[in-house]
Amino acid sequence: MNIDSLKAYGADTDEGLARCMNMADFYLKMVNMAIAEDKVSVLRSQLEQGDLDAAFETAHAMKGVWGNLSVTPMYDAVSRITELLRGRTQTDYSPLMDEISSLYDKLKAL
Amino acid sequence: MINSQIRRQVLVVEDEAVNREMLGFIVCRDYDVLYAENGRQALDMIREHQQTLSLILLDILMREMNGYEVLEMMHNDEELKRIPVIVLTSEKEAEIRSFQLGAVDFIPKPYDMPEIILARVRRSIELAEDKVIIQEAKTDSLTNLYSKAFFFNSVSLFDRYFTSLDMDAVIVDINRFHLINDLYGRKVGDDLLCAISSYISGIVGTTKGVAGRYGSNAFCIYIAHSDEHAKRLSDMSDRLNELFPDIRLTLRAGVYEYADRSLAAEMRFDRAAAACSRNRSSYSSLLSVYDDDVHNKELYDERLIMDMDRAMKEKQFAVWYQPKFDIRGDVPRLTSAEALIRWKHPEYGMISPGTFIPLFEQHGLVQKLDHYVWAETAAQIRQWKETSGRSIPVSVKVSRVDINDEKLLDRLKDITASNGLSPDEFLLEITESAYTDNSSQIVGCVNDLRDHGFRIEMDDFGSGYSSLNMLADLPIDALKMDMKFIRNISTKEKDRRLVELVLEIARFLGVPVIAEGVETEEQYLLLKKMGTDIIQGYYFSKPLPAEEFSALIERES
Repeated sequence: MNIDSLKAYGADTDEGLARCMNMADFYLKMVNMAIAEDKVSVLRSQLEQGDLDAAFETAHAMKGVWGNLSVTPMYDAVSRITELLRGRTQTDYSPLMDEISSLYDKLKAL
Repeated sequence: MINSQIRRQVLVVEDEAVNREMLGFIVCRDYDVLYAENGRQALDMIREHQQTLSLILLDILMREMNGYEVLEMMHNDEELKRIPVIVLTSEKEAEIRSFQLGAVDFIPKPYDMPEIILARVRRSIELAEDKVIIQEAKTDSLTNLYSKAFFFNSVSLFDRYFTSLDMDAVIVDINRFHLINDLYGRKVGDDLLCAISSYISGIVGTTKGVAGRYGSNAFCIYIAHSDEHAKRLSDMSDRLNELFPDIRLTLRAGVYEYADRSLAAEMRFDRAAAACSRNRSSYSSLLSVYDDDVHNKELYDERLIMDMDRAMKEKQFAVWYQPKFDIRGDVPRLTSAEALIRWKHPEYGMISPGTFIPLFEQHGLVQKLDHYVWAETAAQIRQWKETSGRSIPVSVKVSRVDINDEKLLDRLKDITASNGLSPDEFLLEITESAYTDNSSQIVGCVNDLRDHGFRIEMDDFGSGYSSLNMLADLPIDALKMDMKFIRNISTKEKDRRLVELVLEIARFLGVPVIAEGVETEEQYLLLKKMGTDIIQGYYFSKPLPAEEFSALIERES
C-alpha cells in the first residue's frame, strides 16, 4: 500500500495526510493499524448476535477512525450503518455489512 | 501567558488507538503528551499528574468509564476542576452536555486540521492560566473577598449596571487589630478576619452590593443605601463576640452616604475612611457618617500638613514646659519639666498638639517636629543653666519613628553636646505602646541610649498592655502613669487600686513613678500618701511658656 494506491481506492489522502502533519509514513502506519484492528469482523458478529448496542458502539468507533484517516469509502459505508444503529433500527444489516466487508477486503489488498 | 518557554503537559484520552496516536502526533509538536485508553485510566493519570497537567483532550464515547463520568468527577473536585478539558466528539448533543460539565471547548471528529487543534489547545491553556492569575489578583486568598484593586473595579462595573440606585460607601475597621495578632496569635487574627468577611459577604449577598478588603484590618463595602448600617455593625459585633468570647473586640465603621458617582470609587472610599478614622479615639460612637464636618476636617488636616514647614521656619511652634515636682519630702520641690509643643497658627490660633501630632504621625512628619522640639528644648535648658545656675532636666518625646532612626543616638549626643548638657539633663519619654509594638528592637535601642547616659521615662504607662513578664526586662528609669488612672482616683476604688498596682510595679523595678494630670489637692494628697514620687499637673502648674518657667525657677530657688 502507498499513498497513490490509497488515493486510487478513493481515500482523500490530501486530507488524511494533512491530519498527519504530512508525514506519509505515519499516515500509512495509521491506516494499517486501523486495518489490523479488524473491527469489521467484530461488528459482523455483534450484528449476527443481534446486540445492536454493542454494534452501534463499534460502528461509531469505526466511523471516527476512518473519518480521521479520510478513507472515504469505508467512512461513508460505516457512517450509514452507524446512523441506522443509532436508532437501533430493526432491519436486515447484511447487505450493508457485505458492502463494508468487501470495501475492507479491497483496502487490505492494496 | 505565564511562561511561554515551559513545555506544557497534555493528556490525550481516547479509546481508539488510531485516533489516540493521531491526536498525540499532532499535539506532541508543541506539548509533552500523556495517553490514557479509557476514563478510568484517565482519572488515575489526572490525579497522579494534577500538578503538572495543563490540559486534557477527552473522548466522550469510551467503553470503560466514558468522558461524561470523567468530566463529572473532575467538576466535583476543587483541585481537578482547574485543569481545562477539551472534549472530542462527533455528536452535537455531546457538546452541550460537556459544556455544562465544565468542558472549555470541543474538537469535532473527524479531527480539524492540526493547526486548528493546536490553536485551540494553546488558547484553552492560556485562558485557564490567565484565569488563575486573575483569580489570585482578584481575591484576597485568606478571606476570598475582592482585593482592593478589583473591588474598585467592580464598583465601577456595579455603577454601570445599577445606574439609579442610591449607594453608600462603607469602611469597617477592627480597632487595634495588630494587638489581636500579637496577643492571641496570627491564627486567631486570621480566623477573625474570615469571620468578618463571611458576615459581610452574607450582607452583600442579600442586598445589592460588593465587598472587598481594604488593607490589613479593614473592609470596604459598596452597598445600596440604608439606615441599617449601625444596626448591622452592632449585630456583627454581637456575632463576633459570640464567636470570639475572649477577645475584646471593637469594630468601627465609616459611611459615606449617597456616594457621589461622579467621584472615582477610590475617592468615595477615602471619604468613608475619613469618617471611620474620626472614631479612632472614641469608644462610644462606632459608626460615623461622612458629612461636612468630616469634609472640613479633611481640608483642615490637609492645610495643617501643608503649613508645617513654614510654621517651623517662622517659629510658630513654641515649646512650653510643664514642671514636675518631687513630692517625697515635706515640701514639693521643682525637679524637672516636660517639653510640650504648641502651635500658634497665624490663621487658626492655638492648635492643640492632640490635633496635629497624630496627623503628623500618620503622614510621617512627626520626626521633623521632634527634632525641632529637641533643639529648642536643649537650648532652653542651657539658657536656664546659664541664667539661674540651676540644672533643670527636661523630658522630650521620642516617637516610634525616632526609635527606628539609626542616627538617633548621634543626633541626641550632638544636641546635648552642642548645648553643653550632660545626657541626664535631657530626659527621653517613650510611650509604653511603642514598647509593646516592637519590644526587641526598642529594648536594644533603649539599652544603647542608657549606656550613653540618657535616661528613659516610660510614658502613658498602663495604656499599652505590657505583659508583666516583659516589664521585668525593660530598661527604664521612670514610669509615667497614664493620666486616665489619676482622673477618678479619689472617687473610684478600682482606679485607686490600679494606681497602687502601678506603684508596686515601679517599686519592683526600682524606678520612681511620675503621676501626670494631677488637678486637685485631693488627688495630690492621695498620690503622696500612696507613695508617688513625682507629680505633674494643673494642681501645681499648667504648661508654661519659657519666660514664665524662668520666673518659676527663680521663685523655687
